[in-house]
Formats: sequence, C-alpha cells, structure tokens
Amino acid sequence: MPPIVSAKAIHKHFGTLHVLKGVDLDVAERELVFVIGPSGSGKSTLLRCLNRLEEPSAGSIVVDGIDMLSPRTDINHARQRIGMVFQSFNLYPHMTALGNVTLALRKVADKSRVEADTIGRAALERVGLADRAHHRPAELSGGQQQRVAIARAIALEPRVMLFDEPTSALDPELVGSVLAVMRSLRESGMTMIVVSHEMGFARAAADRVVFMDDGQIVEQGPPLKIFESPQHERTRAFIGQIQRH
Amino acid sequence: MNRWDKFLDTFFNAKVMAKYLPDILSGVVLTIELALAIIVTGLLAGLFLALVRSLGIRPLNWLIIFVVDLFRSLPPLVVIVLVYFGLPSAGLAPSAFVSTWLSLAFVLMAFAEEIFWAGITATAKGQWEASRSTGLSFVQTLLYVILPQALRLTIAPLTNRTIAITKGTALGTVVALHEILGMASSAVSNSYNPSPLMMGAAAYLVLFLPVVVAARWVETKFAWKR
Ligand SMILES: Nc1ncnc2c1ncn2[C@@H]1O[C@H](COP(=O)(O)OP(=O)(O)OP(=O)(O)O)[C@@H](O)[C@H]1O
Ligand SMILES: [Mg+2]
Repeated sequence: MPPIVSAKAIHKHFGTLHVLKGVDLDVAERELVFVIGPSGSGKSTLLRCLNRLEEPSAGSIVVDGIDMLSPRTDINHARQRIGMVFQSFNLYPHMTALGNVTLALRKVADKSRVEADTIGRAALERVGLADRAHHRPAELSGGQQQRVAIARAIALEPRVMLFDEPTSALDPELVGSVLAVMRSLRESGMTMIVVSHEMGFARAAADRVVFMDDGQIVEQGPPLKIFESPQHERTRAFIGQIQRH
Repeated sequence: MNRWDKFLDTFFNAKVMAKYLPDILSGVVLTIELALAIIVTGLLAGLFLALVRSLGIRPLNWLIIFVVDLFRSLPPLVVIVLVYFGLPSAGLAPSAFVSTWLSLAFVLMAFAEEIFWAGITATAKGQWEASRSTGLSFVQTLLYVILPQALRLTIAPLTNRTIAITKGTALGTVVALHEILGMASSAVSNSYNPSPLMMGAAAYLVLFLPVVVAARWVETKFAWKR
C-alpha cells in the first residue's frame, strides 16, 4: 500500500535561515508517528509544510494521493483531509464549541446547518464534550478547549491528523484527558503525526519515533529502539536529557 | 427689569426663539442627514481600505497608508476649506453640503481604517492558521473568524472617533452650510440676540447626548472577554 503521507526532500528557508534541510517522511495509513527533537529543530515547520500553512522552499508532498504543492491543487479542499491541532488550541473565541466545530463543515464542506450540527455534535461526543456544545471557549478548561479543537478537526473526517505539541500548554492534571482522546482516535484507525514530549504516550501508542535535529531526521524507529538503544550520539544526548526531567 | 429678567431676555428670548425655531430645526435636519452620510460612507470606506490592506499588496498598501496618514494629520477644517474653495479651480464645484460631507467622510475613513486595521492585526495569528487548516479560504477566514473578533475590539475606539468627527459638521459653517451652528449664528446676527445660539447648543445636546450615552453602553457591553 502506498504511504498516505509522502514528503520528499523538503527544504525550508526563512530568509537566510535554513530550517529544514532535506527531510523525507513517509507515513503509512493507520500509522502513528511521533516526532521529537530539540527546540528549533524544525518539527513545527515540518508539520506546517505538510498542510502548506508554510510553503516549502523545495521538495514534494503528496497526501492521500494529492500533490500538495501543485499549483493546480485546490489547497482549501485538500486541507480538509488533513486535520491540525495546535499547542495554543486556537479556538474561535466568539463562537460556541459547536460553532467552532461546524464552521468549516458549513462553509467548506457545504453542509446545511442541520447536517453540520448533527456531525458537529457527534464529533463533540467523541471527545466527551457533548454537554459543552453551547459553551464559549472562555468557559472551558484548557483540556476541554483542546478537545474541542480536536473535534473541530475530526468533524471534517480527515485522512491524517497533525498534532503540534497538543498538551504542552496544559496543566499536568488536564493532559490525561487529551491523551485519552488521542488514544481513542488512534484505536479508530486514524493516521497521526504527533510532535510532543509525552514520552509515556509515545511508548504506549506510537508505531515509530522520528528524531529531528537541526532541520534533519537523524534517526527513526520503533519507540523502544529509539528510547532504549538510540544509534546516534545526538539522539542519545536528547533522550537522556528529556528522561532526566 | 432686574438682572435675572435681563439675562433671560438676552439668552432665552421667547420671541426670538419662536421666530427662529423653524430655521434651527431645518439646521437639525440637515445636520442629521450630513452626519448619517459621513458615518455610513466614512466607516464603510475605512473598512474597505482595511480589508484591501489585509491582502498585503505592497504598492497598494503604501498608497493606503499615505492617504490615511494625510487625512489623519490635516485638520478637518483645512480639508473642508480646500475642497470647497480649491476644487472649483479644478473645474468641480461641490456644494457646501457635498464639500463638508466628503471632507469629513475622508477624515473618518482614515481614522476608521487605522482602527479596523489595528483590530485585524491584533487578532492572533493562530486564528488564521486554525481557520485555514480546516480549509477556509483567505476571504472566508477574514469574514467569519477575523472580522467578528476585530470589530469587537474596534467598537469602543470607533464610536468615540465617529462622535468626534460627526461633531465636526459644525465646521460646515465656514463654507456657509446651513447646519445647526450656521443657522444659529445667522439668526444671531439678524436678531441681534444670542438666544438662537442657546437653541443651537440645545439641539447639539439633544442630538449627541443620546449617542454618547449609547456609546458608553456599547463600550461596556462589548468589553472584550476571553
Ligand atoms: N515564520 C518564521 N520566520 C522566521 N523563522 C522562523 C519562522 N518559523 C520558524 N522559524 C525558525 O525556524 C526554526 C525552526 O522552528 P520550529 O518552530 O519548526 O522548531 P520546533 O522544532 O517546532 O521548535 P519548538 O520545540 O521550540 O517548537 C527556528 O529557528 C525558528 O526560529
Ligand atoms: Mg514547535
């Protein structure tokens, strides 16, 4: 089976700064890939290139058979297949939880309000927030906000979900609820690429861990192999460092 | 006649007031028409410029910034005089009403553009990214995600600025516009009595006090909660 995400030789420059230096990443359907690496190594930039929030300077990206970088691709249409969850939730503060979840359903997926509401409620149900449909983000805890953000993404039935440090803005006691939702997503067969420092979650749920440093993938493999017996000095140093925390 | 009667006779002379009431009222009507025209066109033009500016087309943005800075630095009175006395030499002869309307609408447009723009840029980058990542286009994102937040941020400064500029309708007197102040002062010189000025002041109060009170209410109602 061809990979559902196939990124080849991705380069990204910000002015004179060379942030991604030829990254290749293939992700199979239903795979959960964990991306780790020191701050500034380009993890977020890589994720943001995958749905073209950031325009790669060179390389090719194919997601679910769509050439993401082709000028002929309807990028807004393609983006519906790629859900994204951000560290800072980025919920729309002027809308209710349900409003957040249904906006793209109505405006991009062309659903009627009734259809969108039905789908939206089901998505909120999946993240355990059916009873919060009419709450504004300001009335929700951080963990609940992030779950609404996940519902907003999965309501569009994406083929791939990108998570950029989904739990690092949360108080420790709220992390569990978000990880639980991610785990149930995983069990439903969602393909996921996760940038995160939650090593426990990586060990338990990841199929593969990718270690990035300085804009390159240094090493990748099953979680146990990367965490217990990393091959490269830089990986070893990084793993040692985070495990001391 | 004692002092008090004299005071009343001078400033609140019933006969003079009755005589010039229709004039003042016609001034009120004209002021309302003018104010509405300024507010509608000025705010819409300002919003339009801010939206165009958000497209990020460099040369266009330089032009917008130039125009906006120009009208923000010129005193409104100078703009009115320039339009009314200057344009005829360019072959156009706008009436006093049109001159005052255009001038103040441009001034309001300039301030409104800056306020709208500030609202748009203050709305976090993450909002753009979240919206675009779900497939909404640039325009949809602006419309459904950014503007509702930006407008909320702009309501208080915008109302204040709108009131300030609308009060500038009184500047129309310099081009002989028959708005409240113009009517009142010509009545004063015809009757040799300042009572019409008092009526004029009262008319401004009646017009603007409710607006100011409403603005205060709007300000507290839309105070930004996150
Ligand atoms: N829009 C931008 N303009 C300029 N430089 C940028 C931009 N976005 C990211 N960078 C730079 O690119 C490099 C990689 O950033 P990126 O956010 O991808 O790192 P990261 O691995 O996600 O780090 P962190 O763990 O801190 O989130 C950093 O040096 C960052 O300063
Ligand atoms: Mg990052």
